[in-house]
Amino acid sequence: MDFSGRFSGLRILKEGLTGNKGWGPHWKDATPKEAYDVVIIGGGGHGLSTAYYLAKNHGIRNVAVLEKGYLGGGNVGRNTTIVRANYMMPGNTEFYSHSLKLWEGLEQDLNYNAMLSQRGQISLFHSDGQRDGAIRQGNAMINQGDDAELLSVGDLKKLVPFLDYKQARYPIYGAILQRRAGTARHDAVAWGFARGASERGVDLIQNCEVTGIDIEGGRVTGVQTTRGAIKAGKVAIIVAGRSSKVAAMAGMRLPIESHVLQAFVSEGLKPCIDHVISFGMGHFYISQSDKGGLVFGGDLDFYASYAARGNLPTVEHVMEAGMTLMPAIGKARVLRSWGGIMDMSPDGSPIIDKTHIDGLFIDCGWCYGGFKAVPGSGHVMAHLMATGEHHAAATKFRLDRFRTGQNLMDEEGTGSQHNLH
Amino acid sequence: MGAASMMERPAANAPIEEWDAYLHLRDNPDGVTRELWYHEYGCGAWLVVTRNTLTHEVIKCELAEKVAAKAAKKTAGAAS
Ligand SMILES: Cc1cc2nc3c(=O)[nH]c(=O)nc-3n(C[C@H](O)[C@H](O)[C@H](O)COP(=O)(O)OP(=O)(O)OC[C@H]3O[C@@H](n4cnc5c(N)ncnc54)[C@H](O)[C@@H]3O)c2cc1C
Ligand SMILES: [Zn+2]
Repeated sequence: MDFSGRFSGLRILKEGLTGNKGWGPHWKDATPKEAYDVVIIGGGGHGLSTAYYLAKNHGIRNVAVLEKGYLGGGNVGRNTTIVRANYMMPGNTEFYSHSLKLWEGLEQDLNYNAMLSQRGQISLFHSDGQRDGAIRQGNAMINQGDDAELLSVGDLKKLVPFLDYKQARYPIYGAILQRRAGTARHDAVAWGFARGASERGVDLIQNCEVTGIDIEGGRVTGVQTTRGAIKAGKVAIIVAGRSSKVAAMAGMRLPIESHVLQAFVSEGLKPCIDHVISFGMGHFYISQSDKGGLVFGGDLDFYASYAARGNLPTVEHVMEAGMTLMPAIGKARVLRSWGGIMDMSPDGSPIIDKTHIDGLFIDCGWCYGGFKAVPGSGHVMAHLMATGEHHAAATKFRLDRFRTGQNLMDEEGTGSQHNLH
Repeated sequence: MGAASMMERPAANAPIEEWDAYLHLRDNPDGVTRELWYHEYGCGAWLVVTRNTLTHEVIKCELAEKVAAKAAKKTAGAAS
């Protein structure tokens, strides 16, 4: 089997002319060894990118990624693929900026087409007060070195003429546009990182659920799994919505509550929505995939859930918000909907840190915003695990910030409640 | 609103770890959980709902004031 074949225009031409018979699997489905230097629990976007950067940037290749289901079956394959760097709070702003820059070189780095499309994200506002808030946010983005433009209603009407500008409840006053924001193909991101890690010697092990974490004298020594015990020098918990469950295996109680977030896609349409449009007041956002489906979503279902499916009141709310913003979408039929389990933190910002157990690390609390963070999170997590020091772009994602009250990053100022972020 | 443990508010002078646990840390079980709900579009009652987070089944629903009164009686009983 050929895992290392690189993609190139020439190769695609050659394969096209020879019946596409030369393609092999992109990465190796490994079986567990007895011991590794590093074991990563969770084969989502963040686990895979951590493994990739450990191998690539730090030469740590004796690494296993343990995934209880199949690679990419979690949130990394369920999100609505929005990538942006429009955060305001110190701690978040430099991190998402770092991540967006990694996105911009990712396809060349991975030699994999992640279909990153920097089509621009439009965030609407609906009052003078919100305009002031948007300007403040835009200035924070510019100060960070990222791009932000203030759009008047006139500017907006040229870009997105189909919005209902005069709706009674939320008349549109303008928007912030980030041109470098956009979307990417989420499966390809997971596969690209998987291939890059596998090529460098990382074992990607599927159908391998971690059921226990072994600790001796305050130090992690390995994990118990459904495929046997595996020894490890270092272990990382990177399991998104199941963070509390896995951390409990190490006796930890996390500041995390798991909630379901739904998303929807319509039948394929001709190109009609060129940007990502965020209608914050309606808890609604939408973009159009390259296949033509309108991809849209809204808010959490609001109560704790591990069910990976949502309930109808939220569906109704999302559809109403969509109709309010752009009545034309009422003509499109919804094809599918699904849900994913989000690891909600009390301030809406993530955790990338060591734990009180030597050699045990944790990366969680991504809420509904962790797809854009996939390259950044893996990059800084690998740095932390390899060097023992926090990367400069992620010094504030501390596990103990809720206890100390220092550097809380509550972007929306909604207060310490898990389901309000 | 979230976990029913929010009804067990620490004393004002309790150690910071207790306040941290009360405000931020959660058991977050996959299965049966107890939560505090507020009947916002109805009678305004606070409720303790026992629910399954895997199936969304509602198992039990009690008035929060009754649960609180029961708990207060218990601690009073334990103290005497
Ligand atoms: C509907 C929806 C829309 C979203 N939209 C966006 C968006 O537009 N932009 C954005 O930036 N973010 C978005 N997100 C959030 C983003 O998808 C997540 O924050 C991010 O994917 C989480 O990190 P991950 O990829 O590592 O998680 P996952 O892919 O969930 O990876 C965690 C993995 O751990 C595995 N695991 C769990 N327990 C164990 C165990 N005991 N042993 C072994 N393996 C285990 C799971 O099976 C899973 O594969 C959205 C999420 C959802 C659900
Ligand atoms: Zn009522």
